[in-house]
Amino acid sequence: MPIDILMPALSPTMTEGKLAKWHKKQGDTVESGDVLAEIETDKAVMELEAVDEGTLGRILVAEGSEGVPVNQPIAQLLEEGEDESALGDVPTAPATPPPAPESPPPAAATPPPQQPQQSPAPAPPPPPTGGRVIASPLARRLASQAGLDLSMISGSGPRGRIVKADVEAAKGSPQARAALPATIAQGGETPYTEIPHSSMRKIIAERLTASMREAPHFYLTIECVIDRLLEARKRLNAQAENDESAPRLSVNDFLIRAAAIALGKVPAVNVSWTDTALRQYSRADVAVAVALDEGLVTPVIRDAGNKGLGVIAAEAKDLIARAREGTLPPEEFQGGTLTISNLGMFGISNFTAIINPPQACILAVGAGIKRPIVTNGAVDVATVMSCTMSVDHRAVDGATGAKFLAAFKALVEDPLTMLL
Amino acid sequence: MTETSFDLLILGGGPGGYVAAIRASQLGMKTALVEREHLGGICLNWGCIPTKALLHTAEILHTAENAGEFGLDIKDVSFDIKKVVKRSRAVAGQLNAGVTHLLKKNKVTVFEGQGRLAGPGRVHVEKGGKAVAELTAKHIILATGARARTLPGMEPDGKLIWTYRHAMVPKTMPKSLLVVGSGAIGIEFASFYRTLGAEVTVVEVLDRVLPVEDEEISALAHKAFEAQGITLHVSTGVTELKTGKNNVTATLDKGGKKQSLTVDRVILAVGITGNVEDLGLEGTKVVVEKGHIKADQWSRTGEPGVYAIGDLTGPPWLAHKASHEGIVCVEHIAGIKGVHPLVKENIPGCTYCRPQVASVGLTERAARDQGHKVKVGRFPYMGNGKAIAMGESEGLIKTVFDAETGELLGAHMIGAEVTELIQGFAIARQCESTEAELMGTVFPHPTLSEMMHESVLDAFGQVIHF
Repeated sequence: MPIDILMPALSPTMTEGKLAKWHKKQGDTVESGDVLAEIETDKAVMELEAVDEGTLGRILVAEGSEGVPVNQPIAQLLEEGEDESALGDVPTAPATPPPAPESPPPAAATPPPQQPQQSPAPAPPPPPTGGRVIASPLARRLASQAGLDLSMISGSGPRGRIVKADVEAAKGSPQARAALPATIAQGGETPYTEIPHSSMRKIIAERLTASMREAPHFYLTIECVIDRLLEARKRLNAQAENDESAPRLSVNDFLIRAAAIALGKVPAVNVSWTDTALRQYSRADVAVAVALDEGLVTPVIRDAGNKGLGVIAAEAKDLIARAREGTLPPEEFQGGTLTISNLGMFGISNFTAIINPPQACILAVGAGIKRPIVTNGAVDVATVMSCTMSVDHRAVDGATGAKFLAAFKALVEDPLTMLL
Repeated sequence: MTETSFDLLILGGGPGGYVAAIRASQLGMKTALVEREHLGGICLNWGCIPTKALLHTAEILHTAENAGEFGLDIKDVSFDIKKVVKRSRAVAGQLNAGVTHLLKKNKVTVFEGQGRLAGPGRVHVEKGGKAVAELTAKHIILATGARARTLPGMEPDGKLIWTYRHAMVPKTMPKSLLVVGSGAIGIEFASFYRTLGAEVTVVEVLDRVLPVEDEEISALAHKAFEAQGITLHVSTGVTELKTGKNNVTATLDKGGKKQSLTVDRVILAVGITGNVEDLGLEGTKVVVEKGHIKADQWSRTGEPGVYAIGDLTGPPWLAHKASHEGIVCVEHIAGIKGVHPLVKENIPGCTYCRPQVASVGLTERAARDQGHKVKVGRFPYMGNGKAIAMGESEGLIKTVFDAETGELLGAHMIGAEVTELIQGFAIARQCESTEAELMGTVFPHPTLSEMMHESVLDAFGQVIHF
């Protein structure tokens, strides 16, 4: 039976790629290790080497085809003793764009001689194209018991379903094994365990590295006295005691509203830098950093300046709960025009944060701490909260940032003004 | 002029051959089939189907004789063996005509005669010693089936010593009968003749009846058969059959202890042997071993372009195995993607004795022998409402699971209608279900199938109704 050569996954996250060049022609003899083709992803060009030997029976995906899904058959290799009649009918290639006009469709160019007509033959099952992993219940259980990652195993069952035999075959494969934390201890080195990156971890690393590299950060710190805010919160929450539908307000809910109103007052901060233009947002969408076991997400409260504290509190509570469950859809944590990161509950007095691109500012909020302050020449005790804003200097200058923080401080220190 | 050149040529029109022919035709192959006797093969003409007709008659008779139990008063229950046989033949005839029609509808060219390989890609067809056709084909499937194995010195004569083929068309009812062999064929005839009133003795050379079944099921079957008045001798051989004028005297040998038994008729049911003769295999690379042709997972023989399927290739000798092999073989030839070889452990087996026996997968012993740690579930017919309503409170449904993975390794059943139930577990095996899916399946009430559910629950200590 001809061996299907599949579109390889050159990285764990690769779902499709471009077939840049064929190094072999139909009918060429192929030795194990020969370079068959060049595969291109957005990151790299890699050579596809033959694993088996035989004759390249049929090229299914033409040179230059883009968006070829991983695991889609791209060619068929005839084993020794097989001729073209063994190729069967042409597997459909759903995601393959038609080849460039100058190269004739490869499958049609060489009709297998004496091939019986196969009109009623069902089309071969489409290969899995990422997304949900299709596996039999037994295969799932065996894979989880063996610590194998099903997404690394290709299925041979009906419609590409992963069956027991596939999992057993994969038990020795390093690819599937890679999902396992491997304990490594070599001479002299401290023993360690390698935990494979989750996709969230990878995204955090990628985006924040890019932010630190590309956005020139500067930092502005301001101190806010929050006794009145705490007092207002206490009173509002006491009222809410008698009303089950009213959510309890957190300090952060006040800060979300204050930041949103301040963005409205100083719209020059409500911006993003792009290569061609400064993007001025016409709405204040405030993102809130939520810590998870495996990383963090930033769910967004849209148009927070036009929402009352109760609505903000209810939305924030719901978003945070679903973020922790991992059930948040991407549209609820993407976007946002400014992020608030609050580590006050951990006792951090002040810190600086890395800008969450493409936003221009992130506000790092510390704990409210009782401190002596001087008011009208006399020493007084007040609860002081330190806020440090990281600013992308490409988009916002120091004085503009300062103006925003002043507006923010005024709102926080006199929460009644938030009603306006 | 008749076409003589084909993509695929099949020798033998039984459940392996004719099904393969239809599938090949569906796939666009120009297909021909050579059959020497009856389309439909043994299964349809001399096996599965006509015996089911006979056994159904026996079942009705049994019910009628026990009508009082159900509040019915049926008097003077009797039967006419000639009419019973006539119905059985009519059923076979009807289905034979059906297969002829199906092949025609699917544009399969049928040649009547004996086909023989005559060089690579060539087949010579003869009828009555006269050549009728010289055919060529790119692929040739041998599907010539099998016939009853005989023991040296005990050749069937069709009068006193029968094979299944004679036992199916008795002219008169024997008063006493010896059945040699307690596999499915032997036991089905023992059951039929016993229900119709014959004195039946069954001899089995192995240590239990239905020796391919789970030991526990064999033991229950043994008890049930004895209760019906069948005499069973296990670990016993037959050393001699002496034919008299209208009876046979058999010498039974149980570990050196000899015993003689005189009966009206003997049925030999000691396995079957492949029809490997006169196929023109000489000079080919087709290998014949122990009366069967050797073929690989795709039914390929040693000779390129020559395939073998079904009974011809060895046990299990089951029509559905032959059909499935035929389809896999043809689809593989056609290069269809995703074709999987037949998994032997997924082939269910059914025996239509009373009580019925059915199974799929590994027996408990085989599972343990293969090193599985097992969980075994059992549910008796006694605990099932529908079974009691039917007056069928004897039987057992047994399931064997791998304790670590929850894989359903095997299912073994004895009792009313189990031959219709076993497919549920066959699907579970094919889909690679674990206990979780079986437990989560809703089984309708009141049905016998609820026992399948309960048996699975029992394996994991969660049985409800027992």
